Amino acid sequence: MTVKIALPKGRLLETTSALLQAADWGLEDYDESMRNYRLQSRRFTDLQAKVFNERDIPVQVAIGNYDLGICGLDWVEELSIKFTSAALVRLRDLGYGEGILCLAASRSQPVLNLEELRVEPDLIRIASEYPNLAEHLALSQRLRRFSIFPLWGAAEAYPPESATLALLSCRTEQDVLDRGLVPVNVIQNNSALLIANRSSWEQKNLSEIVESIDRQLPLSVTNRKETAAKKPAGMGYEPWQADEDTVRIALPDGHQQAPTAKLLGNAGIRVEDYPSENGNRRPAADIEGVVIKVIRPQDMPLQVANGNFDLAITGRDWLTDHLAVFPSSPATELLDLKSSKVKIVAVVSNEVPADDIFSLRQLVTRQNTPFRVASEYVNIADKYARDNHLGMYKVVPTWGATEAFLPEDADLLIENTETGRTIARHNLKIIDTLFKSTGCLIGNKDAATSPLKKERIRLIVEKLEAAVGRE
Amino acid sequence: MRVQRCKGTRDISPEEMNRFRFIEGVFRECCLKGGYREIRTPTLEYLHLFTSTGTLTPGTLGKVYSFLDWDGWSGERVVLRPDATIPVARSYIETMQDQGLAKLFYVANTFIFEETGKENRERWDCGAELIGASSTTADMELIILALEILKKLGLAKVELRLSHAGLIRALLAEFGLTPQEQADVFDQIMDGDRTAFTRLKAKSPELRDTLSPLLDLKGQSAGFLRNLKALFRRDLPEFEPALDNFIDIVDLLEALGYSYQIDIASGRGFEYYTGVIFQLYTGNTRVARGGRYDALIPLIGGQDVPASGFALYVDRLIGLIRPEVLNEHIPERILVRTSGDTPDMVREGFLVATRLRDAGYAVETDLGGQPSTDVRWTLELSKEKPRFVVTDTTTKKKSEAQTAEEVLGLLGGKGDS
Repeated sequence: MTVKIALPKGRLLETTSALLQAADWGLEDYDESMRNYRLQSRRFTDLQAKVFNERDIPVQVAIGNYDLGICGLDWVEELSIKFTSAALVRLRDLGYGEGILCLAASRSQPVLNLEELRVEPDLIRIASEYPNLAEHLALSQRLRRFSIFPLWGAAEAYPPESATLALLSCRTEQDVLDRGLVPVNVIQNNSALLIANRSSWEQKNLSEIVESIDRQLPLSVTNRKETAAKKPAGMGYEPWQADEDTVRIALPDGHQQAPTAKLLGNAGIRVEDYPSENGNRRPAADIEGVVIKVIRPQDMPLQVANGNFDLAITGRDWLTDHLAVFPSSPATELLDLKSSKVKIVAVVSNEVPADDIFSLRQLVTRQNTPFRVASEYVNIADKYARDNHLGMYKVVPTWGATEAFLPEDADLLIENTETGRTIARHNLKIIDTLFKSTGCLIGNKDAATSPLKKERIRLIVEKLEAAVGRE
Repeated sequence: MRVQRCKGTRDISPEEMNRFRFIEGVFRECCLKGGYREIRTPTLEYLHLFTSTGTLTPGTLGKVYSFLDWDGWSGERVVLRPDATIPVARSYIETMQDQGLAKLFYVANTFIFEETGKENRERWDCGAELIGASSTTADMELIILALEILKKLGLAKVELRLSHAGLIRALLAEFGLTPQEQADVFDQIMDGDRTAFTRLKAKSPELRDTLSPLLDLKGQSAGFLRNLKALFRRDLPEFEPALDNFIDIVDLLEALGYSYQIDIASGRGFEYYTGVIFQLYTGNTRVARGGRYDALIPLIGGQDVPASGFALYVDRLIGLIRPEVLNEHIPERILVRTSGDTPDMVREGFLVATRLRDAGYAVETDLGGQPSTDVRWTLELSKEKPRFVVTDTTTKKKSEAQTAEEVLGLLGGKGDS
């Protein structure tokens, strides 16, 4: 009897790996440098392990693709608060990966308590990687009027200008303060959790595997527990001094930082402390009337559309994904930066007897089970499946490492690729190219209400255009 | 690909639609005759219309169908209406506030997620709202209207159960809770949690003896309420306004000869009610609910306008309509057969069908495949005499006629006009 387990990448990887090593699983290659997401155990020969982004694990276990999983309580709650009948059993708190899920406000415009929010007549905007938990919080606290901004990350950058509150995961309350925010309310305490699919738990014998983990608990890793929050330390920040003439710019975090900084330099725009070594998300520029925040490129089109930013440097892929769900959005491409060239492609396993989307459709119409489309680009994938009449399809949202989903956990991927080598290495093939994506400058069609702001935006676009031309 | 309907939904079959339309017809007629005017609000509303305190409970809000619209990049969600009264109140604020009194009724579907499989996720309500009147006479008008409709639907043994949201709130205030705790417990009671009171009682034993009569007793007369009032007059004078209002209503009901039952702790699904709450039962099935909701319109942004209303649960009523009551309101069906399909005969068939339809019958032309057992009469047409043969499908008796008028005479005038 095969047992499948989903294991986390990222913050929980190291300790989880240590735990399973102590349990003598004999997993080869479960470390940061792994090249293969599928792992075999020397001790449990029937065990198949696969490594996922932590956020994907509750979904994969709930839908029955995996019998067991290890991930943070926050992501289990994010799923089950919305889908109360999700088939998840919480087996064990593993006692590591501790942290808090915290509702926080800006230090410059603190919100003292939830009571204050309840009587707030104006729109309350909550930015979070946990949109379901944020919505539940807003409804259960009976906020009169609220908007939830679902995020890929960097929630701490939003308050106070771009959101009233952030709901974010931190290690401690001190950590919240260090990010320049003040805690309003700790929603829950986090830690790593061993979970099981309900019907697997009821029908399969998982006892040996669970026991092997259980014997190692509590884990003898040093939990750097801190005392209660002290006074605000670390870098505080001044909120934007922005008026109707100020141009608000979003710059990307992550690996897009270096090329973006170079482009800005070439355009003669000096941005201090970007990329920042200490996580500063509010670098200063040397042009007048401009304020900057550093956020995830995935989140930029929505943030430009809702008027939080006037300009943003992101990818055409993310703008397209945004426009697929909001076709009349005011977010629009202003300038092709001709950087980070990728193709957005439809990918299937080499085993699938189809070489283009038409033959794939023929296959899909003949099958009786739902056709699973996995992608980070949920809306592009949904539109693609819809436009190509892929019958009874489901979109499985993923948060990275999507190649590993085929063939057992999805039937089709919508992915970006530079050279196609990763795709080939995973025994996959491209059957369709949706579009080509490059870095681009986006803006809001309705942004410039004042002539001065219009002029400032025009100047920035002009400088960047010249810089792109010179490259 | 398997063909199937969406989980939690149902098709209303042609037989059930007959009942549905009958219920709707009786309801519309009664409302129109009472001076109410029909309104239809959109299926989609903004979510924030329903999120203010005092509108829907968190339990209900956690089960609404909400999503971002195609232009919802600002994050503002829309919702398939989870309730039909709040949209009517919203419409009143937008378009009718200047006129003061508005008497409105609607037939509308509402959408709430449901997991038990006992109810549908889409439900149909026939509701009436009386906006801009605060008197007990207004409450009475609605109770009587609802009872009259159920009577015309032929429902037997309809039971009227009464509670009072103002009294429940006054009671909660006695437990020494913070305003937020009071609101939370009120929400729990309105979410159908009858033990919410009991748990409170356990917390404060000294209050238990004083308040338990009000929580647990069920009474059947205005005397019961007067007894309560006498009991609490000295200790809890705060109850008086709510109790007086309740007594006024009960007195009126008694004067008009209606019987009722008082059950204070009942109130499931009455999130926004402030005054009297009434529920109509037949057997163990609740078929209608209503009450006063004076705070709703100001809460969602309107002026301080009082209101009350009720709704009938169409999905439940469909199963309770007796066939004999329904049949009285459905025209008898006739199947017309012609001997041969020459243009003349076909024309003749259509002509006589039209004549019979004008007289109120439901008339079908035989296309093959209609079993004559489904219809009350069959009518055979031929060129030769007798030109018409009418067969009564229940008695199998055949009668002959030469003209359409003679046919009508034979049918005995059981069309709907």
